[in-house]
Amino acid sequence: MSQQTVLNATHRALGAKMVDFGGWDMPISYGSQIEEHHAVRRDAGMFDVSHMTVVDLRGARTREFLRHLVANSVDKLKVAGKALYTCMLNAEGGVIDDLIVYYLDEEYFRLVVNAATRDKDLAWISAQAQAYGVSVTERPELAMIAVQGPNARAKVQSLLSPETAAKAAKIGKFVACEGDGLFIARTGYTGEDGYEIVVPQEQAVELWNRLQAAGVVPAGLGARDTLRLEAGMNLYGQDMDESVSPYEAALGWTVALDEGRDFIGRAVLEQQKAQGAPRQLVGVVMDDKGVLRHGQRVTSANGDGEILSGTFSPTLGKSIAFVRIPAGEPGQLQVDIRGKLVPLRVVKFPFVRDGKPCDGI
Amino acid sequence: MKEIPGDLKFMKSHEWARVEDDGTVTIGISDHAQGLLGDLVYVELPNVGDTLEVGAGCAVVESVKAASDVYAPVSGEVIKVNSALADSPETINEDAYGDGWIVVVKPSNLQEDMDNLLDPDAYAEQVDSEDE
Repeated sequence: MSQQTVLNATHRALGAKMVDFGGWDMPISYGSQIEEHHAVRRDAGMFDVSHMTVVDLRGARTREFLRHLVANSVDKLKVAGKALYTCMLNAEGGVIDDLIVYYLDEEYFRLVVNAATRDKDLAWISAQAQAYGVSVTERPELAMIAVQGPNARAKVQSLLSPETAAKAAKIGKFVACEGDGLFIARTGYTGEDGYEIVVPQEQAVELWNRLQAAGVVPAGLGARDTLRLEAGMNLYGQDMDESVSPYEAALGWTVALDEGRDFIGRAVLEQQKAQGAPRQLVGVVMDDKGVLRHGQRVTSANGDGEILSGTFSPTLGKSIAFVRIPAGEPGQLQVDIRGKLVPLRVVKFPFVRDGKPCDGI
Repeated sequence: MKEIPGDLKFMKSHEWARVEDDGTVTIGISDHAQGLLGDLVYVELPNVGDTLEVGAGCAVVESVKAASDVYAPVSGEVIKVNSALADSPETINEDAYGDGWIVVVKPSNLQEDMDNLLDPDAYAEQVDSEDE
């Protein structure tokens, strides 16, 4: 039996098509997922992301614990409310999950981890936390709504008290503030500006309805997936997992090999940094017609690879994907679509940022 | 769900066929099928002159979500393809039984092939039982 967020009945009342996602019964779209995608790129859309897991860490040694737990450096977090995107690795340098760490105060940090990896994440974090005397508390009573798009922030602010609206208007990207009983972070998974709002369950339906009345368009997981891939953002389980290091998932920018910090997986990453990782992730565009999909075979100069995340990009009107192939100059990539080899163009990603195609796409 | 025109017959796999006055057969996918697929973004068509065999793949429709084979409800030769779908595959989402047609064939075994298809009521019944 799949789990339901507090907004489940609201989605159904809106006519959403529901699917199982990581054990949760979630809306994939409410009508046209392409329309929902464009609403986020052009105006404002909202996603129920209450299935994601909020975990609070408390204790005097929390920062020290996080220095050990994750591959990015929490020492970059100096101001209360600041957020950090990072991978959590196993001893072999494989990615257990990707997550966001919020610094609230020296004895209080908040993590937001993926829904599908909840159980193993909580077990891993709790096991590692013991030695540091850090308490690990899941917050299932909190719901989460992501409001994204060029007009998202203004629409959210219009619903807040004047004090909270002022705070929310002031925070920079990747910073959170609190007010009106909400935890409001200027983060997201779409490549657009906006907020991710953590809200107590009993207030979530009302907040959703007020956002909708303010003109924010409900959007499902389908649009969320095309938006995040256009934005060049990885999806756990598709673009990386425990058999893949951050360097093999184009997440090297999230790895901090700062001196003297002994984080889990560091030895393997040092080795890969020195010798090169055996595989690489590249972004591709297919100029021919068709749709790139997870698992399709890709040929390269150095051997075969495969499509990781692949989709039709509504903003570009053609297909885009992440591909994992052996290391080295890839040469001309080709994808095997139903037995036909179709050329791919390797590009820098993100593919789309702030509503527009990036240069060279 | 949209009303199903009475002159169509269906495969269990959601393709429809309509015998035209000139004896040719127009083929498409059902409104229910387009709903399951979601926004269509690409249609791979056969070539005019190709020979279709009943039950074999004759086109591919791709939505953002998935690629799906379209099976031929009748055997025959392709005499027309809906090339407008190349630029506007969403026509199938908008009008699956009309402008969203996919191919027209000159059938080679019309009577028997059509007899094996479901009438609208039987198809509607199948769709209803799928939804449960």
